[in-house]
Amino acid sequence: MRPFTYLTPKTLDEAISLHQSHGERAKYIAGGTDVLVKIKEGKLAPDYLISLKHIIGQDRPFLDPETGELYVGAFCTHRSIEQSPLVQHRYPILHDAVKNIGSVQIRNVATIGGNLVNAVPSADAAIPLIALDGRANIYGPKGQRSIELGRFFLGPGQCDLEAGEILTEIVIPPLLSRTGSAYIKHGRREAMELPMLGVGVLLSLKEDMVTCAKARVCLGVAAPTPFRALQAEKHIEGKPVDEDSLTEAGQIAGRESKVRDSIRGVAWYRREMVEVLVKRMGLKALERARARNKEVLKTED
Amino acid sequence: MAKEISFVFNGNSMKMRVEDHWTLLYFIREALGHTGTKEGCGSGECGACTVIVDGEAVNSCLYLAAEIDGKTLLTIEGLAAKDGTLHPIQKAFVEKGGIQCGFCTPGMILSAKALLDKNSAADEKEIKEAIAGNLCRCTGYIQIIESIKAARDQGEEQPRVVAFRTEEGDRGE
Repeated sequence: MRPFTYLTPKTLDEAISLHQSHGERAKYIAGGTDVLVKIKEGKLAPDYLISLKHIIGQDRPFLDPETGELYVGAFCTHRSIEQSPLVQHRYPILHDAVKNIGSVQIRNVATIGGNLVNAVPSADAAIPLIALDGRANIYGPKGQRSIELGRFFLGPGQCDLEAGEILTEIVIPPLLSRTGSAYIKHGRREAMELPMLGVGVLLSLKEDMVTCAKARVCLGVAAPTPFRALQAEKHIEGKPVDEDSLTEAGQIAGRESKVRDSIRGVAWYRREMVEVLVKRMGLKALERARARNKEVLKTED
Repeated sequence: MAKEISFVFNGNSMKMRVEDHWTLLYFIREALGHTGTKEGCGSGECGACTVIVDGEAVNSCLYLAAEIDGKTLLTIEGLAAKDGTLHPIQKAFVEKGGIQCGFCTPGMILSAKALLDKNSAADEKEIKEAIAGNLCRCTGYIQIIESIKAARDQGEEQPRVVAFRTEEGDRGE
């Protein structure tokens, strides 16, 4: 591999000042499963790699007990999120997405922040985090800022990060009561493959456990960036959720998709699968919301 | 740039100088001279270079050697006993025909070991998940999965042989 100097700052400020002193000759690296491949392929040729792996904290998901917000540090490995009981239990949509990324070997090393900043249309981790209304916290030479994760992606391979800025964490607001969520990565193989399509649905129900209080329908690889099918969400919200309404929402989401032909699948097939999978994930989210509600009622008894 | 790192390699504490841009795979094969770890694709797709770092399976082709500073590294050479007695997983691969050309085998066995060390009762689904990142182009996986199951079952029934010393001399149990 082409030689470079590997720097291991212990704080964000130190990392940013290193980036400022080396400018375009420097590149941030976390898990390295994408950066090192790009260096080997000659697509990147940095003289300095600034590791974010040694920055203290932000390496596992944690729930703020006061605000109920979930903090997912950008330097969390996919494996630490996959194995987090908190994520498995309360944020199944996120667990669904991270458990099928790459292989165990990749998930042990690759970070969720790395998955997001690569901004590929197929970023599995982005879909559930957008469905959960996540915000991206970004730290850089000009200080801290925070944006909706849904607005973070600008195009294939492009995200809203300026030179020297670091995505530090994703903050997920408290879940509404009676919420269920699910994600499916659709492809030919379960492992070691980018999805042909990624579909995430989140549903929050009213006290009657039938009417939808809030819906999120998020799609990956159905447009140049991950996006929310807003018309489909609107169609579900405020009405009783059932198979029929979810079928219609799927058809609407299919029309909202800007799918195209690629080596992993053709546009017409992708559109049809959006219809099918939005409905299927909607039903799964509904089932999970009801199961979770039963659990909550049981603990209150 | 070069830096000195300390780590435990197959049970031995070591101190070595590494270049910043060396991958762990290069370091193991070229600097440590242990060639049991294989390079397949070099891009994290095939798992032939799998090693265990602090108990977790990783692709050594996408891991910088400098990053094992302070960590524990296990390669395939660290599995068999000093007298050549194979580790139960290695034995199971031999007995169940989990090996043909052998190129994927070190990685396959280390992925299996990382799984069984954490989950000694892993079911077929968990075994498949653990080796999803290890490609084999000969056996077709069935024998490999059977081998891992056999190693798992053996682990349950017969604890590893423990040698002990008595007044009359060394004895095996």
